[in-house]
Amino acid sequence: MSRNIFRMILVLFFSFLMAGAVFAAPPVKIGALFSVTGPASPLGEPERNTAEMMVAEINKAGGINGRQLELIVYDTQGDATKAVQAVNKLIKDDKVVAIIGPSTTGDSMAIIPVVEKAAIPLISCAAGIKITDPVKKWVFKTAQNDVLAVMRIYKNLQKQKISRVAILTVSDGFGSSGREQLKLKAKEFGISIISDETYGPKDTDMTVQLTKIRNSNAQAVICWGTNPGPAIVARNAQQLGIKIPLYMSHGVSSRKFIDLAGDSAGGIMLPSGKVIVADQLPNSDPQKKALMSYVNKYRARYKVEGDHFGGHAWDAVMLLKNAMEKGGFAPAAIRDQLEKTKKFAGIGGTFNFSPQDHAGLNIDAFVLVKVEKGDWKLIK
Amino acid sequence: MVTVKKRQLLVFFVFAAAVLLAPFFLKGNYLLNVLVFVGINTMLAIGLNLLLGYAGQISLGHAAFFGMGAYISGIITSRFPVEPFLIIFLAALCVGVIAFIIGFPILKLKGHYLAMATLGFGIIMYIIFNETVDWTGGPSGLSGIPNLRVGSLVFDNDWNNYYLVWVFTLAVMLLSINLSRSRIGRALRAIHDSEVAARVMGVNARILKVQIFTVSAVISAVAGSLYAHVMTFIAPASFGFNFSVELLTMIVIGGLGSVYGSFLGAAILTMLPELLRVFQDLDIVIYGLMLILMTMYMPGGLIGGMEAAVRFALKKIGKGENNNAQA
Repeated sequence: MSRNIFRMILVLFFSFLMAGAVFAAPPVKIGALFSVTGPASPLGEPERNTAEMMVAEINKAGGINGRQLELIVYDTQGDATKAVQAVNKLIKDDKVVAIIGPSTTGDSMAIIPVVEKAAIPLISCAAGIKITDPVKKWVFKTAQNDVLAVMRIYKNLQKQKISRVAILTVSDGFGSSGREQLKLKAKEFGISIISDETYGPKDTDMTVQLTKIRNSNAQAVICWGTNPGPAIVARNAQQLGIKIPLYMSHGVSSRKFIDLAGDSAGGIMLPSGKVIVADQLPNSDPQKKALMSYVNKYRARYKVEGDHFGGHAWDAVMLLKNAMEKGGFAPAAIRDQLEKTKKFAGIGGTFNFSPQDHAGLNIDAFVLVKVEKGDWKLIK
Repeated sequence: MVTVKKRQLLVFFVFAAAVLLAPFFLKGNYLLNVLVFVGINTMLAIGLNLLLGYAGQISLGHAAFFGMGAYISGIITSRFPVEPFLIIFLAALCVGVIAFIIGFPILKLKGHYLAMATLGFGIIMYIIFNETVDWTGGPSGLSGIPNLRVGSLVFDNDWNNYYLVWVFTLAVMLLSINLSRSRIGRALRAIHDSEVAARVMGVNARILKVQIFTVSAVISAVAGSLYAHVMTFIAPASFGFNFSVELLTMIVIGGLGSVYGSFLGAAILTMLPELLRVFQDLDIVIYGLMLILMTMYMPGGLIGGMEAAVRFALKKIGKGENNNAQA
C-alpha cells in the first residue's frame, strides 16, 4: 500500500515537472563579455553591472514577448586569447542568440572573426573605429567613435580662433587611436599640431613633456588618455604655471578624474557623453529621458554614479531588446532588426544604424563640458 | 637502456594516439577550441622547460620570443601575398639568430641576474610591440592575418586548427624526448646540477647553454606564428611579462624537466580559468596557492608527484616486485 502511494507521488511529481517544461518556454540566452578584471576593469565593471541591472529589469517587467532573458557574463581580463575562448564557449556551449561587449577594442577585434563565422550578432562596447569600419555584417557598436570627440574639441578651438595646438597622448590603444584621429582631422579644421608628445600608461610624472610644450608656442594643449594619467598632467600643468587652455578626452569623463586632479582640474574642458551632465540638459534633448532613468536606477542599485561605460552596455541591451521585440529571437532576425534601428535615443547618443553604418552616431553624441567648482558644467 | 628507450617511445605513441583521437569525442564542443590553445601552450612550456628544466637557466622573457614569432608572421602575411608556411620558417630563423646573438652575453649571467636580464629583454620587446604602431598596429592590435592553408584545405575551424597545432606540438615533444636521452641532454643536466663540474668533465657549457636557449626561442617563435594564424588577430597584451610568468607557472606546476609535465601544466593553466569561471577573480589566488604548495611539497611538479605516488603504491603492494624492477 505504502508503495502505491509512493508511486503516485512520484507520478504526480514528474507530471508537474513536465507541465512546467511545457508551459514556461526556456529563457532566451544572451552572452556578455566584459573585462571585469585586469587593466580595463574600470570599463568592464560598470558595463557588467549595467547589463545585469537592465536584464533583471526587463525580466521583472515580464520579459520580451513573454520570454525571460538569461544573461551569461564571462570575464575577458582584457586578454585577446581569453576573449576568444570565452566567445567560443558562449556560442558553442551556451548557445546564445546575441553577444554584447567586449569592453576593449583589442578584445573586440579578436572575436570578430569568430562571431562573423558563427553568424551571431555582436554589439561591442568598445570605441575603436576599426570595429565597424569597414562594416562587418554581424558587428555593431555602441561606444562613440573617437573621431567624434576630436571633432567636438576642434570645433570649439575653431570658435575660439585657436590654430596651434600641442597634443599629449598615452601610448595605449585609447591614446594611439586618439593621436591618429587628432592628426587626421587637424587640417579639416585649420589646426596645426606643433608639438606631438606621448607618455606611458604607468608614468607618474609628465613634467618633461609639458615643459617642451610650454616652450613651444602652442595656444592650447590636448591630452588624450584614461585615468590616472590625465590627472597627473593636470597637476603638472598647474605646477609649471601653464596658462593656455587644457583639453582632455572623453576617456576621463567620470567623477574620478575630478577627485584625482583636485583643484588643478578647474577650467579643464573635455568632450563627453551626456551622462555626467544629464540633469543640466534641456528637456528638449531626446536622450534626456533615458539618461535620467539610467542615472537614477544605477545610483539606487549600486550606490555609485553611473558613467558612460555602463551607458554603452545600457545601449547594447536596449538595442537588443528593441530588435527582439520586433523580429523575434533568431540571430539572423536580431541582426536584421538591429540594422533597421532608427532614432533610438540611448545613453551614448541617438543611434541610426544602416547597412553602411554600424556605429550609428554623429557629433551630437558628445557635448563639451568644463570643470567648475569641482563639478561638470555643460558648455553651450 | 634500449628497454627504457622503447618504453618511452611506447608512452609517446599512446599519448599521440590519444591526442589525435580526442577530437572525435569532442565534435562541435567548445573544448576543442580550448585544446587548440592547450597545444600552443604545451609547445611553449616544452620550449621553456628545455631551458629551465634541463639546463637550469631561467628565462622571464619567453613571451617575447612568442610575440616575435607571432608578429613576424602576422605583419608579413597580412601585408604581402606570401606563403604563410614559408614565413613561419623565416620567423623561426630570425628569432633563432636573435636569440643566438643575445644568448652569449645574457647566459654569462647566473641566478637573479639572468632572471633580470631576460626580464629586461621581455619588457623591451613588449615596448617595441606597443610603440611601433605603423607596423604592429600598436596596443589595439594587428588584424587581418590570414589562416594557414594547404591547397584547398583552410585551417579556419577548430577541428583543422587542432590537428595543425598538435602535429607541431607532438613533433616538438618527440624532439625533446630524444634530446633528453642524448649526449646533449645528459650534458645539459650536468650543467643544471653543477656548471663547474660539467666544465671539468669537458662539457662546453657556454656554447651549449646558448644553443639550448636558441632552440627554446625557436620553438616559442613557431608557437607564436601558429598562434597568429589561429587567432587571425594579435595584440601586445598577450605577450607581456604576465604571460612569461604564466609559462613559468605551467612548468613548475606540471614538472620541471618533464615533457608530459609541460603538457600537464599547460593543460591545467589553460583549462583552469574555464573551470574556475564560477569563482570569478579567485583564479589568481588559486594559482598562487598551487605554486606555493607545489614548491613546498611537490618540487617535481604534478608529474614528479604522480611518479612518487606510483612508486609508493608499488612499495606497499610488494617489496619483491620493486626489487625486481630495480635489478
